[in-house]
Amino acid sequence: MEDASKNVHELSIVQSVVETVLDWLRAQPPLRVKAVNLRVGALSAVVEDALQFGWEIAAKDTQLEGSTLVVHEVNIVLYCMQCQKPEEVEGTQFFRCPNCGTPSNDLRQGREIEIESLEIEDEA
Amino acid sequence: MSTTTRIVELRKGVLKKNDELAAGLRKRFFDSGLLAVNLVSSPGTGKTALLERTLRELRERGYRPAALVGDLETDNDARRLAASGAPVRQINTHGICHLEAEMVGKHLEGWTLSDFTHLFIENVGNLVCPSSYDLGEEIRIALLSVTEGEDKPLKYPSIYNSADAMVITKIDLAQACEFDRTAANASIQAIRPGAPTFETSVKTGEGIPAWIDFLVSRSGKSASPTN
Repeated sequence: MEDASKNVHELSIVQSVVETVLDWLRAQPPLRVKAVNLRVGALSAVVEDALQFGWEIAAKDTQLEGSTLVVHEVNIVLYCMQCQKPEEVEGTQFFRCPNCGTPSNDLRQGREIEIESLEIEDEA
Repeated sequence: MSTTTRIVELRKGVLKKNDELAAGLRKRFFDSGLLAVNLVSSPGTGKTALLERTLRELRERGYRPAALVGDLETDNDARRLAASGAPVRQINTHGICHLEAEMVGKHLEGWTLSDFTHLFIENVGNLVCPSSYDLGEEIRIALLSVTEGEDKPLKYPSIYNSADAMVITKIDLAQACEFDRTAANASIQAIRPGAPTFETSVKTGEGIPAWIDFLVSRSGKSASPTN
């Protein structure tokens, strides 16, 4: 196999997380990243186990080696035309307003793959 | 030496680079007046067969479609599709499980997009990975064949929810496969309420005119006589 990142898209996703954090670190004074908090939507089509497996590989020999990847799964939020407000739904099988039952395709949350924050240790 | 721990907010999208490239493609497609269509399904659903027929039918009606076709290896599909007379290019991903906006952009080089009325992008056969990658398409079509089972949209909600319309393929085999149309449509509507669904067979031609009408209605350009 030429490159492990190719066959599971989670590996290319964690590589992109590592690159994004390293870019950010370049503009900072020396510090240590203890953890990277990732927000992953219920419909984002990524699997936490595969992300965790890839994390070690992607972080190796970088400033992020030894850091923890924390994956926070976020629920789907649909906008309900009837109730005129966003509503959170459980799971990935239900695309209706939980209050009034109106079907909705207006997804306001649930597809994101986002670096939310970093847990940093400053050396003082 | 003491250490303090703090949290720094970053709020950065991981697929930002792809999203930005896709936004650039979307603008190019819009400015050229063509309708870009991303076809997604599992392997063997019949994306290439549907596309073969679609290219032919659109050309017969005076439209000028083109296609990019993604596969891990081989240019078999591109050669198959080129028989329609439409411009076709193969994208080999060499192991990557989905197409990305960058690959699409690279394979458009040398084409004058304003010459086309439709650009079809046949994704790699995969129901998971392609769902997160925007290719700048105007519409995403998810296919489901009667041999796959009626509950496929429930099993892969991420990709079926991301589609603007569905095409059920190989409907000529429905009876042999004991395919339950009502159940299939119910699972599609549960995952993507209101999605238009076309039941098609490229073999018998069933449902093809309605599918072509849909593509024509979504195109901003009108037909012109072909040479």
